[in-house]
Amino acid sequence: MANHDMNTTAPDTGLRIKTEVKAPTTPSPAAGSPPDIVCRSVNLSYGDNHTLHDITMDIDDRRVTAFIGPSGCGKSTLLRCFNRMNDLIDNVRIWGEIQVKGLDINAHTTDVIEVRRRVGMVFQKSNPFPKSIYENVIYGLRIAGINDKATLDEACERSLKGAALWDEVKDRLGESGLGLSGGQMQRLCIARAIAVEPEIVLMDEPCSALDPIATLKIEELMYQLKEKYTIVIVTHNLQQAARVSDKTAFFWLGRLVEFGPTAEMFTAPRDKLTEDYITGRFG
Amino acid sequence: MERHHFEAELQNLRNQLLTMGGLVEERVHRAVQALMHRNEEEAQRVIATDKEINDLQMDVDNRCLRLLATQTPLAVDLRLITSAMKINADLERIGDQAVNIAESVLVLIPQPPLKPLIDVPRMAAIAEKMIRDALDAFVKKDAEQARDVLRRDDEVDELKDQVFRELLTYMMADPGTIQRALSLILISRNLERIADHATNIAEDVIFITEAKDVRHHAEQQEAKP
Repeated sequence: MANHDMNTTAPDTGLRIKTEVKAPTTPSPAAGSPPDIVCRSVNLSYGDNHTLHDITMDIDDRRVTAFIGPSGCGKSTLLRCFNRMNDLIDNVRIWGEIQVKGLDINAHTTDVIEVRRRVGMVFQKSNPFPKSIYENVIYGLRIAGINDKATLDEACERSLKGAALWDEVKDRLGESGLGLSGGQMQRLCIARAIAVEPEIVLMDEPCSALDPIATLKIEELMYQLKEKYTIVIVTHNLQQAARVSDKTAFFWLGRLVEFGPTAEMFTAPRDKLTEDYITGRFG
Repeated sequence: MERHHFEAELQNLRNQLLTMGGLVEERVHRAVQALMHRNEEEAQRVIATDKEINDLQMDVDNRCLRLLATQTPLAVDLRLITSAMKINADLERIGDQAVNIAESVLVLIPQPPLKPLIDVPRMAAIAEKMIRDALDAFVKKDAEQARDVLRRDDEVDELKDQVFRELLTYMMADPGTIQRALSLILISRNLERIADHATNIAEDVIFITEAKDVRHHAEQQEAKP
């Protein structure tokens, strides 16, 4: 406001950027879509251990949402609620409501297999099956009873391309998936997850075991994947959350402390706890 | 977890900016004193010692770059470091304006006084106080004090217009006064610019403490429906 320089008062200098350079992959036009995952007062306890408290949030369609927070804050637990992975643990009780595309996933009438088909997952440690690359990718389709070779071939190529792995493995689809590098194995798991055409892909620290180059490849992949899929990623790497996500949720002691646009969270968080955590002054 | 090393680096950065702020405020004061007391030696000293401020400016920028590259600062730290780079540039420019004043003083000293100086020292006093208060607000993270600095910018602008008008009448009446009047006009312009830089610093302080961008009256525009 103080720059009253006599020679710089021209209202329209040529300085305004006329055409903004688009990033290689533009964000999908998700604005205005209804949220993909709706959580209403979600609570979870393992026996007497109440680990999630009244989580209420809407996760946007075809956007990357990052969950951050210190270990034990409940972020992975909430992620695993979205495809009912917590069912596999004894003594778990979940109350409150979780809807995925309008489907109440905890309703008695809901088919868990169907939920997991629609909500794919990629884990911290890549876990290819001891099978060929090809069989790894189409595994989900095979167990769904699809055996038509043309369909499977097409799904395999599409998924490997979608996971940015096709060019590296197209000549050796018959080789074991376990012979790939760490980053390739993780992308193979992403290919396997998207082969069944889910709507949502959950990623639980997908890069924590990868080197920086492999990590960057996965991050680049996320920019592409969000054109088609809603992605929820749990990460301990704050810079990764800042780079890849559109919205960030900060959890602490099983509570959702702050949830908002990533750029705001990392420049001007509203909550003191969030501020302390992301500036490394926690504790 | 505490980030002792990072905290210490941030504190060093703040201290360097304060040192610089103290120096430039003193240079402005001495340049105006040189004008009031027609002290050529003092004016020469202001010009000769500008290098000290320039060196500090480079040091502060280096510190900021190093912190950005190695510490990946976020939130308030990110706002502090990026703003420190801007405050740094404003302080260095204030130092340059003090040199400009000193140079005009050297032009004026060999000639008889044009008129008793009243508004120029008033402008100088307000501008110096604005620098001091902006830096004080920076230290205390006090956005209210910073807003108070913003309000005083108008006073300096008005005084500058008054000086311009008055000196114009001298120049119209007697072309022999033009050189001296122009030098005084330049000095009042330099002081007005110094107040502008202090205003910029105050705006940065508000950004650091409240994460609000108040430049170019953005705050008032936001408030409109």
